[in-house]
Amino acid sequence: MLRIENISTYYGNIQALKDVSIEVAEGEIVALIGANGAGKTTTLMSVSGIVPPRAGRILLDGDPIDELSPEKIVKMGVIQVPEGRRIFPDMTVLENLEMGAFLRTNKHLIQQDMNYVMTIFPILEKRQRQLGGTLSGGEQQMLAISRALMARPRVLLLDEPSLGLAPLIIKQIFDMIRQINKENNTTIFLVEQNANQALKLADRGYVMENGRITLVDAADKLLSNDEVRKAYLGI
Amino acid sequence: MDYFLELFFSGLTRGSIYALIALGYTMVYGIIQLINFAHGEIYMIGAFVALIVSGVCTIYGLSGFAILILAAAIAAVYAAAYGFTLERVAYRPLRGSPRLSALISAIGMSIFLQNYVLLAQTPDFLPFPRLIPDLAFIEPVAHIIGTPELVILITTLITMVVLTFLIKKTRVGKAMRATQQDLSMARLVGINVDNVISLTFIIGSVMAAIGGVLVASYIGQVSFYIGFLAGIKAFTAAVLGGIGSIPGAVLGGLIIGWSESFAAGYISSDYEDVITFVLLVVILIFRPAGILGKVHKQKV
Ligand SMILES: Nc1ncnc2c1ncn2[C@@H]1O[C@H](COP(=O)(O)OP(=O)(O)OP(=O)(O)O)[C@@H](O)[C@H]1O
Ligand SMILES: [Mg+2]
Repeated sequence: MLRIENISTYYGNIQALKDVSIEVAEGEIVALIGANGAGKTTTLMSVSGIVPPRAGRILLDGDPIDELSPEKIVKMGVIQVPEGRRIFPDMTVLENLEMGAFLRTNKHLIQQDMNYVMTIFPILEKRQRQLGGTLSGGEQQMLAISRALMARPRVLLLDEPSLGLAPLIIKQIFDMIRQINKENNTTIFLVEQNANQALKLADRGYVMENGRITLVDAADKLLSNDEVRKAYLGI
Repeated sequence: MDYFLELFFSGLTRGSIYALIALGYTMVYGIIQLINFAHGEIYMIGAFVALIVSGVCTIYGLSGFAILILAAAIAAVYAAAYGFTLERVAYRPLRGSPRLSALISAIGMSIFLQNYVLLAQTPDFLPFPRLIPDLAFIEPVAHIIGTPELVILITTLITMVVLTFLIKKTRVGKAMRATQQDLSMARLVGINVDNVISLTFIIGSVMAAIGGVLVASYIGQVSFYIGFLAGIKAFTAAVLGGIGSIPGAVLGGLIIGWSESFAAGYISSDYEDVITFVLLVVILIFRPAGILGKVHKQKV
């Protein structure tokens, strides 16, 4: 469904991605793991069109999207939950959710999705009139995921959803990601430093080092791979 | 007491105009962190367009409020076109460059537009018709607040109510707020931030033009230079209130309007301009982000 083909991405003269290729099939959960500065966030920003690749192609259902503007890419159903959650701080929870549905017009369906996210994350209903900036980290992550769901994603890009959260909350969020994938057949491309959790959730995994993909395999194989265990699982 | 009220209302009138112009500075700053130094010139161009329109209207036998409304409307359209073009030509190509480049471009545009009007029109002051007739029912209180002041107050109030509604309730208003709070996240929810930025310039320019027409018809003259002082004062108002903050711009404008009016009335009109900048310095010492400005902290 989403195909990243040999992309190279730069910040000015600095090359952050070198010939990266990743494939995510429909309904699949794929994890991209790697250390700080490996280029994981850059990969997602390239897909979303914020930092377009200088070489290579990105295809959605076979159509190139690497030259489209970010809003066109959103319109095609590729929705990102960025690192650090990026909640609009001076908007209420409700307004943040509305912003997620910015490009949609069917009020009825939007309301239906609003109800859906509030059933999967009931805390959002309680906090609906509160300003986004005043939520706790865990609540913000739930809101960030929910805001993305409000766009009815076909491909959901998640950048370190576990960052800075307590183990119990991480478990709750990862369970929810699995549920979203199962219930709506949403394709998920997940970036994580928390390799253990990510690979347990994913079907397949990619390992990135210094802007290159160094390993690709089924997630359970990666979990038992010696190099991965040493480098990312601390075993 | 009457004298106090007179000063109060004249301060309120000036202040509301400063506020109207300050909104343009603050909204642009809020979104692209640029001080649009050419904003005062848009105000001046609005006044000039209104002068031309009212000249033409007088030939056709229109008068008073009819001319005022028509002149303001056409001035607003022109100003919108100038504001839009200004951003396209002078600021958009520099997005992503160091902030100083855009700032210098802004100062350059300000100088350019002043000289353009100077050459195309005249270096002298031109008389501007008093478009606001004295209404009879104001007569009893005219020594406190005259018709022109009242018209200015009502117009600015309506403009601000419309602006508030636009920003709080409409789809484009929400897009503007989202862009102001987090520009690249706004793009990730599908907002075309280029359009939002253009729209911000257009809205700011329309408000500046309305201000320009009102002041020109109140004071009775225009020149290519009027945008400079009005711009500086309004910019000061925006900084005083907290640049980036919309209520801050209104508050800053009113504070400056009142302090000028009271300083001129109770001390001497020589102190009118001094007081504005003394106030600015004092407030910035104690509240560097302005009265309602926030020091932005981000949760990680
Ligand atoms: N805006 C930028 N300007 C210049 N260089 C950047 C920018 N953003 C990232 N980089 C560089 O690109 C490389 C990859 O960064 P990236 O943010 O993609 O890493 P990451 O894998 O997401 O790391 P982390 O796990 O810390 O989030 C790093 O060397 C980083 O310094
Ligand atoms: Mg990252």
